Parts: sequence; C-alpha cells; structure tokens
Amino acid sequence: MSILSEPATKLRPEHQVSPLTSVKLAHSSSPSEQPPSIDPAPKRLVVDAQDISLTFDTADGRVEALSHVSLQVAEGEFVSFIGPSGCGKTTMLRVIADLQQPSSGSLEVNGMSAANARLGRSYGYVFQAPALFPWRTIEKNLKLPLEIMGFSEAEQQQRVEHYLSLVNLTGFERKFPWQLSGGMQQRVSIARALSFDPAMLLMDEPFGALDEIVRDHLNEQLLQLWKSTEKTVLFVTHSIPEAVFLSSKIVVMSPRPGRIIDIIDCNFPRDRSLEIRETPEFLKIAQRVRTGLRAGHSYDE
Amino acid sequence: MTSSSLALRLQTRRSLLRHPLVERYAPVVTMVLALMVIWYIAAVAMNWNLVRDGFEREETPYTTTHVLAGTMSAERPLLPAPHQIVSTFVDGVFGYPPLAPRSLVYHSLVTLSATLIGFAFGAIFGTLLALMIVHSRVLERSLLPWIICSQMVPIVALAPIFIVVLGAIGLTGLLPKSLISAYLCFFPVTIGMVKGFTSPDPLQLELMQTWSATPRQVLFKLRWPSAVPYLFASLKVAITISLIGAIVAELPTGAEAGIGARLLAGSYYGQTIQLWAALVAAAVLSSGLIGIVSLIERGVNRRMGAH
Repeated sequence: MSILSEPATKLRPEHQVSPLTSVKLAHSSSPSEQPPSIDPAPKRLVVDAQDISLTFDTADGRVEALSHVSLQVAEGEFVSFIGPSGCGKTTMLRVIADLQQPSSGSLEVNGMSAANARLGRSYGYVFQAPALFPWRTIEKNLKLPLEIMGFSEAEQQQRVEHYLSLVNLTGFERKFPWQLSGGMQQRVSIARALSFDPAMLLMDEPFGALDEIVRDHLNEQLLQLWKSTEKTVLFVTHSIPEAVFLSSKIVVMSPRPGRIIDIIDCNFPRDRSLEIRETPEFLKIAQRVRTGLRAGHSYDE
Repeated sequence: MTSSSLALRLQTRRSLLRHPLVERYAPVVTMVLALMVIWYIAAVAMNWNLVRDGFEREETPYTTTHVLAGTMSAERPLLPAPHQIVSTFVDGVFGYPPLAPRSLVYHSLVTLSATLIGFAFGAIFGTLLALMIVHSRVLERSLLPWIICSQMVPIVALAPIFIVVLGAIGLTGLLPKSLISAYLCFFPVTIGMVKGFTSPDPLQLELMQTWSATPRQVLFKLRWPSAVPYLFASLKVAITISLIGAIVAELPTGAEAGIGARLLAGSYYGQTIQLWAALVAAAVLSSGLIGIVSLIERGVNRRMGAH
C-alpha cells in the first residue's frame, strides 16, 4: 500500500471535509485496520516512479503531459488510472512501458530502468484496439511474441493452448481475426500479452471500444484472470464503475498539467461479482473518485 | 388464365435479365459491341478516299458499294477493320510453326524473355531501394530525387544511349533490352513498396517494440506481410511497364525479332494490318502477364486469410 503522491497529499486538507476521505485516511494511515486477507506482507515494488515529468513541444507551445508524478505499485496490485482526456494517464502507462521517455524524474520498473524492463520483456501491453495481425490465424497471432522471443515450437504450442483456454477461446486457433467479434479479438490480444508470462500487464483502455454488455463480461473475465495469474495490472480507463469494480487501487488524474489528484484504496475481495456495483461501499468509492475528478477541475469544460 | 401466363412470361424474361451470367457479362459485351461499331464506322470513313482514289487511278468504274467493300478489305488501309486485324493476328499465331520468323508467337517469346528478365531485375531492385529508403532518412533524402528524375527522362530518348553504351562494352541482345525494361519497371515497385513497408499500424509497430523485436524481426514479421497488397498492386503496373520497356528497347536496336521489331517493320513498309496485329499480340501478352500476377496474388491472399 505504498503509493505516494505529493499533489494528493497537498489536497488532503481540503478532502478531509468530506467524511469519505476520513474513511480513506484511516485506511491508508493504519494498514492494520484493513481486512487481513489483503496484502498480509509488504510486497516487492513493480513500479517505482519518483517525480516524473514529461513535456511535449507542440506547435501551440509546451504541453505538460505529466507534472511531478510519483507512484509506487506493489506486486500483484490492480491499479486503475482514471481521468479525463489529456490527463496523462495513457502517457504514464507509455512511460512505464518505455514507449515514451520522461523529461525528468526517476523510474524503476521491475527493479530496473524502464528501457531494461522493456528489453527484459517485463510487461505485456494491451491497446484499445486489439491490433491483431490480420494475415495470421489466432494461433499464429498468439505465437508472434513467442517467435520473437525464441520460444521452442513445442513450448509455443503449449502456451497457445493454455492462454487461449484462459480467455475461453479454445477452438478458435485456426480462425483469422476478422472471423471474431470485437470482444473476442480483444481477448486474444490479452492472451497474447500474457503469453510470454510477463510480470506486469499494462492495459490502455482495453475495453473502451466495446459495448457495455461485452465490457461487463470482459471485466468479470479480467478479474478472474487477475485472480488466477496474480499479475500486476496497470489499467487505464475512462469509466468510474469499471475502475472501482476492477481495482485494488485507483489513481485519479487531472489535466493541464497532467498530475495525480488522489489515490484511492479499493479492497473488495478478489472474487467480486458485478452485483457489488449496487452496494453502498462501491457507490462510496465511486463518489470519491468523482470528488477527486471534480477537485482536479475535470468537469469544468 | 391468359393474363396470368402472360405475367409469368414477363417474369421469366425479367428474371433472365437478372441472371448472374447476364448481369456479369452484359456490360462488357455491350462495350465491346459499341467499340466495334465505332471502329467499323471509323474504318469506312478513314479508308474511303484511299479506296476511291485507287479505283480512279485504275480508271475502273465503281459504285458506292464497291468503295464500301473496299474499305473493309484494303491491303494497306489507314485504319484496318477489326476482322482484318483478327484474321492477321490469328494467321500470325497459328499460321506458322511457333519458331518461324513470321510467327507472332516467336516474336512474342523474344519480347517476353526480355520482359521477364527485366521485370525480375526491376522488382528486386525496386524492393531493395524501398527497403533502403524506409530504413534510412538520409537515403530517403539522397535517393528519392534521383529515382524520380530517372523517370522524367523519356525512355525513347534514353534507350538508344543504353544500347550504344552497352554495345560498346560488348553487351548486346537480351541483356540491354532487359536492362531498359528493368529501368522502367523498378519505379512503381519502389514507390509502392515504400508505401507498403510504412503501412503497418502504429499500434502494431509499438507492439513489436514492447516485445523488443529486432529490426529484422519487424521487417519479416510485420513490414513485409503488411506490404504484400502494395507489392501486388505495383507488380501489376511494373509487369506491363516492363513489357513496354522491352518493346521500346527493340526499336532503336533494329532488332530482327520481337514485337518491337514487328512494329518497326510494319511502320516502315506501311503494313498497317501487321502493325495492328503486333499491337494485339502485345495487348494479349500483357493481359496474360497481369492475369498470372493476379492469380498468384489471389493464392497468396488466400493463404494470408483474406476474406
């Protein structure tokens, strides 16, 4: 539970007015009060970001995509990033993935630099679009990262079978991507990201392009997956219910400059079902996320 | 009773019009027929004076019908009628043994060999150029202007220079023709393949990056397969252009064989029908070549999961 964020600390006095915050403060200040099932021992840090800033030079001047963001993620957590467009949540994920380099600050991923973590294949990345290779069958799509990483033929075959069954797509090996629905394609892309057994799963609005019903279904499946694989998941989303439903930790961000407003613990039991979305606890946390977004002036435009 | 059978007959007629075969081929047949009609009218109009002057020179009495018949069967008409061209073409193809010097098959084979060698050179060279351009900004800036310039010089002007220079160092016959053909046909391949190699989705490229793929792996597992549709589009353009290149290359050499040589001979001696027959041979050849490329394309597409 070692997430630090300076801007969030700064906002705390203002938050304390709301009774919800005091609940959260009680949680974060004294971990012993949390249900014993969660995080019994302090775990290894998978992401350790200190004071990360990232500015772009665009035609309209400098844009501060990230401003002094500090974040720590422990092994096995499910961390959601939520905020309006332009708040830097995707940028943060890309920085962790070494797809973009921060202008300043220090970042350790899986105990090494972000670049080495990428070279060491520490994470699987899932984009908003499935980005499957249309000329490869589903099986061959799953094999692609394995081929690149030099797994043996037998190992590849075995992993394809394992991970396809993990996303409930056994029997679709020989189909081409266009023969699958959008939701199925995204499941393939999740299986592909998991296929080489990375320490982390980075997901950038993976269900953003899907309809509500498919999305609910996939959310449940993703939770199952998280429970069974015990991967660390970093998950970018626009949707408050999705964030609250999935996460063990919610990072609320706000734009101009992109920064962290609040970090909320969200410790529902791991085998939660969609029904918890009607419970008062769920609504309380959702309310806090909304309060955080409002504090970041996310609703101003 | 009668009215219903009438309705039925109307319906069958209408459904005949909607028959898939009819729907598919009716436009083509209509176009060809229209073209034939225009062609025949043009042949009559263009050959009229020629034929009438012939009658007058020989001082034989003639009627309009005679002239009209004459325009359809003149020996050296300005514009041969379609049936004349077809019969000369068929005669050229089937009337002689395939390797006789008067056989169109023989001349087509000569041109075809230069075309295919030139096409192979051009396609490989064009693809290599595209690879270099895609992988290096410096090469893009330094090569691309020259590539474009190379295509701005008319090949008719350039071909004799090629032939003379290559002849001076002892290269004659097939090779200079192939080189000219390659010179023409590498260009669409380069342009198409640059487009093709840069066509992968940014997401797909980033995925490869997250897997720490080497540039070689990115090339063979992503860029190359993404470029396949562009490859076939440019190969279709390239193979017709390389045929044109081979024919043009035959003109200044005074080659004794090849479609170009036939064209040259035909224009020297005013053998317009022979000229047109050679043109038809070239058209048939290039359609055949495109057909073969399309066939290969379809096979490849099927293997790549096209729907």
